[in-house]
Amino acid sequence: MTAFEKVLKAREITRPKITDYVSELFTDFFELRGDGLKKEDKSIYGGIALFHGEPVTVIGHRKGHDAGENIECNFAMPGPEGYRKAMRLMAQAEKFKRPVITFVDTPGAYPGLEAEMFGQSQAISASLAFMSRLKTPVITVVTGEGSSGGALAISVADRILMLENAVYSVLSPEGFASILWHESARKAEAAEVMKLTAEDLLNFGVTDGIIREDDIFQNVDKAIYDALTELKKKSTDELLKERFDKYRKFDERFCGAVSRA
Amino acid sequence: MVTAVEERKNKFIRYKNLRENPVKVLSGMGKTTVDAGKAKEAYTARDRVRDIADRDSFAEFDDKFEETDPLEFEGYTDKKEALRAETGLHDAVLSGTCTVGGYPAVLAVMDKRFMMASMGIEVGEKISLAAEYAMEHKLPLIIFTASGGARMQEGILALMQMAKTSAVIERFKEAGGLYISVLTHPTTGGVSASFATLGDITLAEPGALIGFAGPRVIEQTIGEKLPEGFQRAEFLEEHGFADRVVPREGMKEALTILLKLHSKESL
Repeated sequence: MTAFEKVLKAREITRPKITDYVSELFTDFFELRGDGLKKEDKSIYGGIALFHGEPVTVIGHRKGHDAGENIECNFAMPGPEGYRKAMRLMAQAEKFKRPVITFVDTPGAYPGLEAEMFGQSQAISASLAFMSRLKTPVITVVTGEGSSGGALAISVADRILMLENAVYSVLSPEGFASILWHESARKAEAAEVMKLTAEDLLNFGVTDGIIREDDIFQNVDKAIYDALTELKKKSTDELLKERFDKYRKFDERFCGAVSRA
Repeated sequence: MVTAVEERKNKFIRYKNLRENPVKVLSGMGKTTVDAGKAKEAYTARDRVRDIADRDSFAEFDDKFEETDPLEFEGYTDKKEALRAETGLHDAVLSGTCTVGGYPAVLAVMDKRFMMASMGIEVGEKISLAAEYAMEHKLPLIIFTASGGARMQEGILALMQMAKTSAVIERFKEAGGLYISVLTHPTTGGVSASFATLGDITLAEPGALIGFAGPRVIEQTIGEKLPEGFQRAEFLEEHGFADRVVPREGMKEALTILLKLHSKESL
């Protein structure tokens, strides 16, 4: 499969969505809504559930199974309210010592008038900063398309897992081709150049593991379970230090020997 | 009665102001967008350091970096080489220590002549190193932001700089450090949505475009023209996301007061 074929596959409407993962992998899911400040943003889906009998907080981008559902959840493009809702749920998880599991599948944060007016940038940066210090294990699974800051905002995690046909990139290949070559039609070439497949991201050290899609729910279940088992052995201090170091150092091979005048 | 000598002197001062401070001079002429555009051409990171740091106080961080080209993107390293020759900068951030109105601080300034000061690994690393230096030496951190966003040519590793800089800044703030973010024209995309908007105190320059998505993308998405002044510094202040809009000529004074208010001597 070419990189762009993977992009198309990652976007397929028939791929499982967060609501499917929630019903297949968790029990007793109780949805929580709203950011507690302004409104409910349906493009972020979240709540509390049991995972192998243990309470966890689940948060993720919501895509629909058809056009109607997609319109309702704004095609998984959150506004600031969505990220603030995610932070609210994460703060709760920290308080009640629940691990956080996030599912990433978004074309990006919504580029809209209201979103800007109510602080899209501020909501995303706050979430990045907040997650980097969250005192509970965080696991992210990239299930479809992970695009730009809108994806990153809920994926600062101890473990990042990717489905084998998921993609994760700085922006869409269409946007990349449009910005760098002024030709969005060169999207397939862009996808190749961008190195956005699960294998690429594993090589970059951005993701920690690839999940095969032959038996998708069972494999995702096992991957999360294994990661969680490992993370639960760590103290909070260890967890935070390792998370910080991961983001601080994964690109250090490019940074050379630092000398200070 | 103005003598010829005085007239020449006044003319020289006007010329000098125009050259050194184009925004100030042009701001009486109407559209902020025009001013901001002119500023883009004229005002470099070194100009900024000259105007903010006390005379001869700036000691530049001399960080060395490997070439960063994770995608091996065609023409990228050549482009950077050319820009290095042109700007005298290794990438889009100039950083170091200085005093401002007598108060010591770490100062980092982004320079949009260098690929619109987009954030790749080196930019992210320089911002992180500046914050870590400030943390280690218990100094306030001042960052003048300007950026088109993540540097596309570095792909996913550019995106990850958002998480990296945010984590480092957050740790600095948690340790009690003061971070003053000054948003200048333009601060958008991945920089706007990471360290630029994490300041304990956020200042913004008049007319600066500040936002996550670019105006053109938003117009295409919503299918209508954006209102005048949308995403400008004043718009941010009005909506509660900037503490103050401060004109360039008052910036040093504002920073001096803020540093004074956070200095040990004032406690």
